[in-house]
Amino acid sequence: MEMVIKFIAAAVISGTPLLYGTVGEILNEKSGHLNLGVEGMMSMGAVSGFMVGYYSDSFLLSLIAAFLGGAVGAAIYAVLTVTFMADQNVTGLTLTIFGIGLGNFLGLYYLGLSESGTLKLPEKITGQMRSINIEGLSNLPVVGKLLFSYNPFVYLGIVIAIVLWWYLKKTKTGLSLRAIGENPSAADAAGIRVTKLKYINIILGGGICGIGGVYCAMIINNGVWISNSVGGFGWIAVALVIFAAWSPVRAIFGSFVFGAFNILRYYVPSVGIPEAFYDMLPFLVTALVLIVTSIRQSKENSQPAGCGINYFREDR
Amino acid sequence: MKKIIGLALSLVLSLSLVLAGCSGSGDEATTSGSETTKAGGIAKEDIKVGVIHISDPAEGSGYTFTHDQGIVAMQQNLGLEDSQIIRKNNISDSDPTAIETAMRECIEDGCNIIFATSWGYMDTCEALAEEFPDVYFAHGSGYKSNGQNFINYFGRIYQARYLAGIVAGLKTESDKVGFVAAMDKENSEVTGGLDAFAMGVYSVNPEAQVFVKVTNSWYDPEAETSAAKALIAEGCDVIGQHCDTPNPQLAAEEAGVWGVGYNSNMSKDAPDATLTSVVWDWGVYYTAAVQSLIDGTWDGSNYYGGMKEGLVGITDLSAFCADGTAEAVDQAKASILDGSFNVFDGVIETNEGTTVGKEGSTLSDAEITGGINWYFKNIVVK
Repeated sequence: MEMVIKFIAAAVISGTPLLYGTVGEILNEKSGHLNLGVEGMMSMGAVSGFMVGYYSDSFLLSLIAAFLGGAVGAAIYAVLTVTFMADQNVTGLTLTIFGIGLGNFLGLYYLGLSESGTLKLPEKITGQMRSINIEGLSNLPVVGKLLFSYNPFVYLGIVIAIVLWWYLKKTKTGLSLRAIGENPSAADAAGIRVTKLKYINIILGGGICGIGGVYCAMIINNGVWISNSVGGFGWIAVALVIFAAWSPVRAIFGSFVFGAFNILRYYVPSVGIPEAFYDMLPFLVTALVLIVTSIRQSKENSQPAGCGINYFREDR
Repeated sequence: MKKIIGLALSLVLSLSLVLAGCSGSGDEATTSGSETTKAGGIAKEDIKVGVIHISDPAEGSGYTFTHDQGIVAMQQNLGLEDSQIIRKNNISDSDPTAIETAMRECIEDGCNIIFATSWGYMDTCEALAEEFPDVYFAHGSGYKSNGQNFINYFGRIYQARYLAGIVAGLKTESDKVGFVAAMDKENSEVTGGLDAFAMGVYSVNPEAQVFVKVTNSWYDPEAETSAAKALIAEGCDVIGQHCDTPNPQLAAEEAGVWGVGYNSNMSKDAPDATLTSVVWDWGVYYTAAVQSLIDGTWDGSNYYGGMKEGLVGITDLSAFCADGTAEAVDQAKASILDGSFNVFDGVIETNEGTTVGKEGSTLSDAEITGGINWYFKNIVVK
């Protein structure tokens, strides 16, 4: 039983970067842009957030920098795809390569400046980013471990996901955004500022991905900088958007399930299943979900109709 | 307006490409035609060393960093100029085209010896060694060679791992030692090191068990953290590792337990957790290899150095090692150095109840490099 609780807690820790990536990507896709650059935006957020944290020793500044880092990546993507109508898939893939490269490049540059040959976050920020401890709550049996013992990123991620759900579902701007994703020309005819809304939401989504990136650098890598710090989470996040059926709230559940898949192999008894099987598991489940959703054919739970197609106003 | 912006952007792009091209071509001018004279060796000024790295040496802790430290040491020991070393970084070892291009570039630049540091470079080395009989190829890990200008080099890292096992076995209070392994039982480089580590633990603490988690990747930050955390959750209080990032040590530090690092001194990353680190000093080999070219004594034999040569070792024990650790380590180290103990001696029991080896003999080098696909009796895979 104790092991099960530890497993669930570890799944949440492992799934949180996926939550940020997925929610950010949902926002991108809702505005009609399939952004494959999640991994790149996360890397840019990781390096900017980490380095600002390293030099300022402020958790808040570091979060802001991570958001801005991801947002800059998304802004590049937005300029290329919204304004210049570049192919979305190619631009996204390029952004991934660029972002990872930039992250590693800057990381190595700062490593070169450090005298100890390592970049380790100072103690104040380490204390703030680590697991919270609420007197009386965190010590409760079971519940304390399951609900009140995570690092601040976990709670922030859940809050962001719920706020975005509310934004997409309940606000007028959210409705406009969904209209853009489904049919930009109709939205345009209805008087919605298509380009402006696309820019805002793509950049917002990129910023959220950026926070997920700094999570990898701070929590997964325990506050020591290493190259390729995001290590593929961005790609799983793209798949997870499908699993979550484009709903930020379902993304919370989905990312923790995928987090569980990630660490499953270390917690189940070894019975001769090849290691590669566990690597495959998340994608097998995604395939199953795709099949199920395509059988059910619900409009609401499928990809926005305009996703992947650039909107050229004069084309109408 | 859009057209103008587009035009301006593409201009900037192409301009930057041109500039990048210019700065790249500067190095080639320094290439000097080197002549290989087999009998008398190669004059020091004519030596040119090519190094193929799988990642970037500056990354700080892992495999490539350690190899490059060795190259730097060799350059200092022999007094070579910077222009005599050509590094090719980030050459994926599963991309034959990239490997071949990198090596051909080295050869065109006049390299007389190429150190290929990763497993996957092996077949390309073999092919190019045949095409360029005047260029020497040394391949790290792997098993192929041609006895002339293509050899392989590696080291008895298991000797150092045995010592690290002693450190871990004395420190553990829960009698559970964890180990994050990059590859599973079939990989004898990882498994042999792990077995030696477990035997070291057993030699001082027969009660203790060694728990293993496999990440199935040489470099996976998230997996290495998760594996270490799972081990700690099971009650392990010393975490050893055969993987590239310091993450297992950092996970141990966060949880308030201890660890044994690998490749480089990981005390710099996790000063409050790392008891010691199992390290390579590749400079020993690189210096000897290049020196043999200068002296003309290259004999085309493979290199498999160990603690005696100074190729492998453990770093200084940290202050929080258990009492008596230094004595136990020194004793084992002395017996390895004088040859009275070779780690894989005699009959060894596996965790499946079978035995390996014969009384009075020790495993051959070929068995150690390619044939260790069993776990020592105190190893638990769960």
